[in-house]
Amino acid sequence: MNQSSGAREIILLGLFLLVFGSVPFIKQSDYHLMLANHVLIWGMFAVAFNMLFGVTGMLSFGQALYYGLGAYSVGLVVKNYGSAMFLPALGLGLVLTIVISILVGLLVIRLSGVYFTVLTLAFGQLAWQITFRWYRFTGGDDGIQGIMPSGLLENHTVYYYFTLALVVVSIWFLWRVANSPMGLVLRCIRQNPERVRFLGRRVRRNQLRIYVISSFFAALAGGLMAGVTNSIHPDMFYWTSSGEVILMAVLGGIGQFFGPFIGATVIIVIQDVVGARTEYWSLIIGIIMMIMVLGMPKGLVGEIRGLMARYAAGKVNRG
Amino acid sequence: MEPVLELRNVTKSFGGLRVTADVSFSVAPGSISAIIGPNGAGKTTLFNQITGYLKPDGGKILFQGKDITNLSTREIVTLGMARAFQVTSFFPEETVLDNVRVACLSQMNKTRNLLKSVSVFNEATDQAFKILESIGLQNVADRAGFELAHGDQKLLDIGIALALQPKALLLDEPTSGMSPEERLLTRNLIKRLWKEFSLTLIFIEHDMDTVFGIAQTVRVLQMGRLLAEGSPEEIRRNPEVITAYLGEEVL
Repeated sequence: MNQSSGAREIILLGLFLLVFGSVPFIKQSDYHLMLANHVLIWGMFAVAFNMLFGVTGMLSFGQALYYGLGAYSVGLVVKNYGSAMFLPALGLGLVLTIVISILVGLLVIRLSGVYFTVLTLAFGQLAWQITFRWYRFTGGDDGIQGIMPSGLLENHTVYYYFTLALVVVSIWFLWRVANSPMGLVLRCIRQNPERVRFLGRRVRRNQLRIYVISSFFAALAGGLMAGVTNSIHPDMFYWTSSGEVILMAVLGGIGQFFGPFIGATVIIVIQDVVGARTEYWSLIIGIIMMIMVLGMPKGLVGEIRGLMARYAAGKVNRG
Repeated sequence: MEPVLELRNVTKSFGGLRVTADVSFSVAPGSISAIIGPNGAGKTTLFNQITGYLKPDGGKILFQGKDITNLSTREIVTLGMARAFQVTSFFPEETVLDNVRVACLSQMNKTRNLLKSVSVFNEATDQAFKILESIGLQNVADRAGFELAHGDQKLLDIGIALALQPKALLLDEPTSGMSPEERLLTRNLIKRLWKEFSLTLIFIEHDMDTVFGIAQTVRVLQMGRLLAEGSPEEIRRNPEVITAYLGEEVL
């Protein structure tokens, strides 16, 4: 890593911490804190998802499986064994996710393109059906309420900083992966998988690795969300959750590492602002997505960076 | 001397079509040889079998004395065989540097690393620049692969293969789609690379100036069969080859 990009990373990190770290001081109500929590958690989820989609070219329509798994691990353990088990339950969800994503991953990576997408959707919907029907264990469509973190984490502000710390570490980790030799191989797999085999590399093995990594952070997002909303419901497994994370990534720009985070922020803010005025907020999201896909195919961050590059080039030409 | 590559009665059919019919030959270490033949003669199919991309129906392929007939592409590449493609194959959105660097990292077995930045692997970066200088693309190292002209993309494809530090290098029509000037440059380049990297080099080619200009041995395929094998002079004078492929004008 050269020095200038290292310095840019530190500035970005500082800015990120400044913006999100100051929320508890400038918030007008706990509602704003919850909103910021949503942005952080979905932002991390979307960035992790994009390692699979934008980087490696694997469009999973079933990441809700792991989001739900993380949330239900926390919810079920806390319901049955008490708040003190909140953190171990979060860990349990992550361990379960590693095991299940390896098993599911071994099946789904055998397919590519739209077949991969449909199979991941099928696994997600299967998990949703089980959760929905198995009333005695999961609470069915009632979900589980009253999931309280224990000890210090009971305090909303402490929990917020706990989330912020985990999200920063997670995004830092994913950033390292994106810039590592493995990240380069993943990008190459998206562009030309056959040639990757002719480099002497295993395509499926690398696809499985990133599938497990991406799913791990989806589960972390689900587990953290259970502590923010204090309740979980089977919709977390539903295909709309998988769809939402895809929308966030596409809106922000799948070609940019931080694009999906910006996409998540924009969608959550729109839901909040428009949702407060009309129940038809999803119509607004739909219209915005249509405009984006047709007019700004590189996403918000991609298009803005494109404009900046054109502006810089123009200045060089004129100057 | 033990041959680097040896084919023994290699046979392959697609349905009822015999695309490789009982082909046997051996390639001497450090040699440069060409495979020629009309379209559909089975030249690329043969490369596909040598590199494990297709499995032969019968026969054996040995690389450095080791039976590689049933090995995967990945295993064969790891043993020291690399290939460039007829339909140019590279990573269009990556920079020219990263196209070659990913191959260097793979050759150094560093691609499992997921926490260090690509740019701290100085050895791989140096190696990649060395390759880029050899193929004359060092000045476009920062450009994305798709921005290059077709001829330069062909060279990049070769550069990726070279970065694997192969013992044997297979080039599938390295000069196809090039202008006459580019062809001449590429011909000289291939000859230089062959010496510089001490390669055993096998290339498929339709451009006869390239074939007869740099090959020590020429093999002629026709309808999946090895029609003839010999020095450029012998092949030029072979009546069967003239009828089947070369025609009279080459004489």
